[in-house]
Amino acid sequence: MVLKALTANHAVAEAAKLARVKVVSAYPITPQTTIVEKLAEMIEKGEMEAKMVRVESEHSALAATLGAAAAGARAFTATSSHGLLYMHEVLWWTSGARVPVVMAVVTRAIGPPWNIHVEHSDVMDQRDTGWIIGVAQENQEAFDLTLQAFRISEDPRVYLPMIVSLDAFILSHTVAPVDVPSQQEVDAWLPSRRQPYVISPETNVVMGNIADDADYYMMRYSINAAMEAAKKVVEEVDEEYGKAFGRRYGGLVECYNCDDADYIMVLMGSWAGDAKKASDLLREKGYRVGVMRVRFVRPWPREVVQEKLSNRKGVIVFDRSISFGSAGQLFTDVAASLYGSTSIRGVVAGLGGVDVRPEDFMNEVTDFVSHVEEFGRVYEPLRWHLPPKYAKSLAEEVSA
Amino acid sequence: MPLRLADLPRRRYGSPGNAACPGCPETMGLRYVKMALGDNVVLVIPAGCSSVIQGIRPKSGINFPILNIVFASAASAASGMSSAFEMLGQDVKVVVWAGDGGTADIGFQALSGAAERNDDIIYICVDNEAYMNTGIQRSGLTPYGAWTTTTWTGKTEPKKPLPFIVLAHNVPYVATATVGYPQDFIEKLRKAATIRGFKYIHLHAPCPVGWRFDPSLTAKIAQLAVQTGAFILFEYENGRFRLSPYSGMYRDPKRRVPLEEYLKLQGRFQTVLKDPQKLEMLRAEIDEMWRWALLLEKGMASPELKK
Repeated sequence: MVLKALTANHAVAEAAKLARVKVVSAYPITPQTTIVEKLAEMIEKGEMEAKMVRVESEHSALAATLGAAAAGARAFTATSSHGLLYMHEVLWWTSGARVPVVMAVVTRAIGPPWNIHVEHSDVMDQRDTGWIIGVAQENQEAFDLTLQAFRISEDPRVYLPMIVSLDAFILSHTVAPVDVPSQQEVDAWLPSRRQPYVISPETNVVMGNIADDADYYMMRYSINAAMEAAKKVVEEVDEEYGKAFGRRYGGLVECYNCDDADYIMVLMGSWAGDAKKASDLLREKGYRVGVMRVRFVRPWPREVVQEKLSNRKGVIVFDRSISFGSAGQLFTDVAASLYGSTSIRGVVAGLGGVDVRPEDFMNEVTDFVSHVEEFGRVYEPLRWHLPPKYAKSLAEEVSA
Repeated sequence: MPLRLADLPRRRYGSPGNAACPGCPETMGLRYVKMALGDNVVLVIPAGCSSVIQGIRPKSGINFPILNIVFASAASAASGMSSAFEMLGQDVKVVVWAGDGGTADIGFQALSGAAERNDDIIYICVDNEAYMNTGIQRSGLTPYGAWTTTTWTGKTEPKKPLPFIVLAHNVPYVATATVGYPQDFIEKLRKAATIRGFKYIHLHAPCPVGWRFDPSLTAKIAQLAVQTGAFILFEYENGRFRLSPYSGMYRDPKRRVPLEEYLKLQGRFQTVLKDPQKLEMLRAEIDEMWRWALLLEKGMASPELKK
């Protein structure tokens, strides 16, 4: 293993290379662009034995990736924000085809107005498409998760495409040390490609012609069953990866300071680091607070959420996205899993890359704690953690 | 050496009971594709009549391996497949079989991208001149004056000159063909299969349901389209433009069968036939295509630009 200084985007590109991806197809979009640039460079320099299809759009990028994968090649793509939304239709087609594919999503806000900073609305918009969605906190994890994604996606119990999600700029463009294993080490860990079928003259397979309604229904049933099976696969892969490379993340979720915690923050992505810091600082002040970092949004880790969060005094969920007219999407899933067994509050914060610091988490947690202690059982789906300049004017408005 | 019918394979490539309408030009065309290219072919089919013609899974009414794909990105999916076969060391012809909507309209961006990249695929546009699968709505390739369910009094714009637009991408091979002259189509397919890079064949495909004619007349109407000059058969290969023999004789408008002979067999042109002004507009559309073709024949395209 070699420690390299890499942005998360370059780490993801390294992982795709080490996974011996044979076809890459992508379209540039900030902040994903440096992934596709790096892959193009590695292919042109002959460091990576792959073909790059330099398509004219993201819709085509995923279609070409799916085509390559259906023909039997390990294939990879990456995108962000509007690119991901433009792909949306093909995401459904890919999971429906049950073709293993890996895609990196560098999460970014959605316009208008134009904003290239971190937000999870783009990836959360894909929750229902039948893709496995894993979310990294740090550059190292973005690398590890990309390698793991091939193993998870190509597991015969799963055979579903997978998104590796990493946050704009905070990870994508920030250099950090990344432990990069050798090609031999990766080859020993990652089996050669497996997939349910290949479309070729030899197999004569047809994918996607009309199905009768009941067959269609059962295919949807089987995608969900594969999602459920993927939970075990994710845990296994995390464990085996740990054995081979020395890093384990806890599988579907990572729990920090949770064992004796009265209150638990739930969130995903890079700001979990700030939440962990807040948890440490709150403990110094006598608040027993932990962090549950959701690593997999799909399959939704219902069982472990129930196990770890029930019987706490309170759960506070931080979403960096919102389903307008409802609440943060993570909140909705956590609340549904807990069905009222504990106090819960949803906080929407950090949209469009608005900075959220450890003290912001601390303030939200202490506010929630005092609320729970004053009122007992609390159910608050949506609280806005406004940006500082607006928070001030709103406070003035309320007091006036 | 000219193609002899007797030398063509006699296997059935479309099964009885597939979901095509009577007189469907697409099943005719698909049969010719396999007669021309043999078994070493994978089809990519975007949304359209051919998605339905295959019939209901787990069986398929046409004997090809097929990746069915979303409407807008057939060319890109084919590029991906072709790249994969290349990386895996397999020599497989990847063929897109798309309608006029999937090619000229919703799929145009992907088509243009694949052409510009010179990806190694054969793209066949099966042009039945309207969105037939959704019930005969006008497309970019519906000719002037034609009735459709979204142009009740006839289309008010001319047909998009798609083969010329693809030709302007300066790809190695562009040809037009028709289900009316299978040998010509098969010869063009076989030539396309020997060329590396992007190959485009525009297949004229009269649709009995959408054009309102008797299903027994598909081939006849397809031939009349050529004989009246309404559809021009040509090849563009390595920067050289050639009229195909079936169209070559119609350079001179006087030798063409009167346009009305083609129109009167079709219900969709009834308002054109009753309105001399509309008829002139349609003639003008056809004349313009001939003007382009004859200019290209004189050598407008520069061979140095070829890929």
